[in-house]
Amino acid sequence: MERRAIFGNRVLPYALVAPQLVITVLFFFWPAFQAVHQSVLLEDPFGLSSRFVWFENFEAVLGDEFYLNSLGVTALFSLSVAALSLGIALLLAVQANNVIRGSHTYRTLLIWPYAVAPAVAGVLWLFMFHPSIGLLGQGLRALGVDWNYLLDGPQALLLVILASAWKQISYNFIFFLAGLQSIPKSLIEAAAIDGASPRHRFWTVVFPLLSPTAFFLLVVNIVYAFFDTFGVIHAVTGGGPGKATEILVYKVYYDGMIALDLGGSAAQSVILMAIVIGLTVVQFRYVEKKVHY
Amino acid sequence: MRMRTLTIFLTTTVLASVAAGSLGQAQTSKPAIELQWWHAMTGANGDRVNKIADGFNATQSDYKVVTSFKGSYTETLTATIAAFRSGNAPHIAQVFEVGTATMMGAKGAIKPVYQLMADAGEPFDSKAYLPAITGYYSTADGKMLSMPFNSSTSVMYYNKDAFKKAGLDPDKPPKTWPEFFDAAKKIRAANAAPCGFTVGWMSWTQIEQFSAWHNVAIGTKSNGLGGADTELKFNGPLQIKHLQALIDAQKDRVFEYGGRERQPEGKFPNGECAMIQTSSGFLGEAIANSKFAFGVTMLPYYPDAAGAPQNSIIGGASLWVMGGKKPEEYKGVAKFFSYLSRTDVQVDTHTVTGYLPITVAAYKATKDSGFYEKNPGRETPILELQNKAPTENSMGLRFGNMVQLRDVFAEEIENALAGKQSAKEALDKAVTRGNAILRQFQKSSS
Repeated sequence: MERRAIFGNRVLPYALVAPQLVITVLFFFWPAFQAVHQSVLLEDPFGLSSRFVWFENFEAVLGDEFYLNSLGVTALFSLSVAALSLGIALLLAVQANNVIRGSHTYRTLLIWPYAVAPAVAGVLWLFMFHPSIGLLGQGLRALGVDWNYLLDGPQALLLVILASAWKQISYNFIFFLAGLQSIPKSLIEAAAIDGASPRHRFWTVVFPLLSPTAFFLLVVNIVYAFFDTFGVIHAVTGGGPGKATEILVYKVYYDGMIALDLGGSAAQSVILMAIVIGLTVVQFRYVEKKVHY
Repeated sequence: MRMRTLTIFLTTTVLASVAAGSLGQAQTSKPAIELQWWHAMTGANGDRVNKIADGFNATQSDYKVVTSFKGSYTETLTATIAAFRSGNAPHIAQVFEVGTATMMGAKGAIKPVYQLMADAGEPFDSKAYLPAITGYYSTADGKMLSMPFNSSTSVMYYNKDAFKKAGLDPDKPPKTWPEFFDAAKKIRAANAAPCGFTVGWMSWTQIEQFSAWHNVAIGTKSNGLGGADTELKFNGPLQIKHLQALIDAQKDRVFEYGGRERQPEGKFPNGECAMIQTSSGFLGEAIANSKFAFGVTMLPYYPDAAGAPQNSIIGGASLWVMGGKKPEEYKGVAKFFSYLSRTDVQVDTHTVTGYLPITVAAYKATKDSGFYEKNPGRETPILELQNKAPTENSMGLRFGNMVQLRDVFAEEIENALAGKQSAKEALDKAVTRGNAILRQFQKSSS
């Protein structure tokens, strides 16, 4: 006999999911709809006059050389952040998993940075690497490195990548560690008895078993790099110098809130929405096929 | 159980209504009308804002000005616009001078000050205010649209100790740009400071102020004061020559770029850069944090430029009255503006903050009190503003989307300083991109 919880009441299940639905509609669908609506309007900042302009805003955005520049910056930035934070987190998790004495201390310390808000993380790195007030920034200059991320685009990009990746390592670390601990010891021991070297064991046994975690983290990290890193960029470089660190989400904010071009900003966020949906679909379709659950 | 809940419910309701009733009775006199004032001032300047509001609230009991800090200038403007769109705009919003064109373009969203004062029957004479300031905030025919609040201009600060160390006379600061670069080079040669000079608010001081000070145009139509169909033209030979000089001066840290807006200001009080050109509003901070003697003097000029030095232009912010409020609330705002313009209030604010007095009477009163003799350098901004009768190149400027324009200028200058393009390319690109933004502004506001 099957044992299942059966709700006799037809309304109850809907009532139970209603709060979540309300939140989703109110905070996700409604703003998304607003963005789509705004993206086909030409409006002054105060909303005193508003004109329907079809896809003019999209044309303007896609014809803007700085938008294309921002796409490139975003691609480089997101890939670097995801690769760095995933790579380092995996390395740390494997090491922390091997440690026996004091493992709790290590783990706690490694998890800490996750509690730091992106903007605060940005300011921390700014204080370390600012060319005139930062300790490490001054140190670099004393060593003869021409360190001035206020003027040097690649340096600025490197700094925000490091700060963003650092912030995300803890999150990835927790998941990798949990993933590693759920791998049965017997499998690894069996491989060891068969004569597989530690490196071989890792790549043929551990890593494939870790792949669902790694895949989940890949999706989360790409989304993180696209959106949540706004705070870091805002605090450290403000998109500059030139437009060296202006990622898409920062451009959306800048064009909408600072430049007060609401239509253009909305068009960009619609495009951004499409990009992230597209990326997630691709990840689920193609990358997931390589994942063993 | 049910019964008990009901009893508790009833008791609380009754108690609450009794309490409300007695409260209502206690306040038989008319409650003060609240007037919201959103501002962007921090530190000592923020305290000043609260002091002015408290001072006004103490003089009468019909109105109560309530201040709220809304972040940076840009954030305050954005917050005001968002609040207007949702119908919760404050009565008074402090908007920086580069937001002026945006506010002026929003005809239905604001209440012009001249009209506000006339409607409220409040005595008001726009001639009582310093013309160098009001020109910025008035229509072409002289009608004042917003109330000047904190006005500043750009001046030069120099480290007297570093001057001495480099063998320069601390009482004779450089007057011209060639002398200025020379002094900076000497400071570096003697290693009297790690950096010769830096500049705050790069596009404001090195393009806008620089052009006005040398009587060359930033844009057509009197720098946009004459209409929204203005075009930028600050890519002239003098501006190119100057940017090139800045690029060249980066060698050996004679000049060092320190970031946008006020970011570079930290490099002066800590002794890193021996000279800085930035806002006169920086004075309070320079006094508080510098451990050396410093002087304040006028901006340098190129002696071969005809008519230089001309006069400098203002920065800072003004108070805009938002539209759609009740007449009695406007009356309160008008009374508050009269209080704000009182000579004693202005003298107090001017001497404490380093911002300019906004009325002619307040300037005279400060001068007569001997304040400027005791505090040399405090009069420098006013002398700069009034150096010569303003021309169409130095009356001020008004460009739509100015916040964005400034960032465009900064981006192109940054790329030139980083060696990615020449001074001419940078300014040509800044002008072309800037004009596209101006046309966009014209399109969306018409």
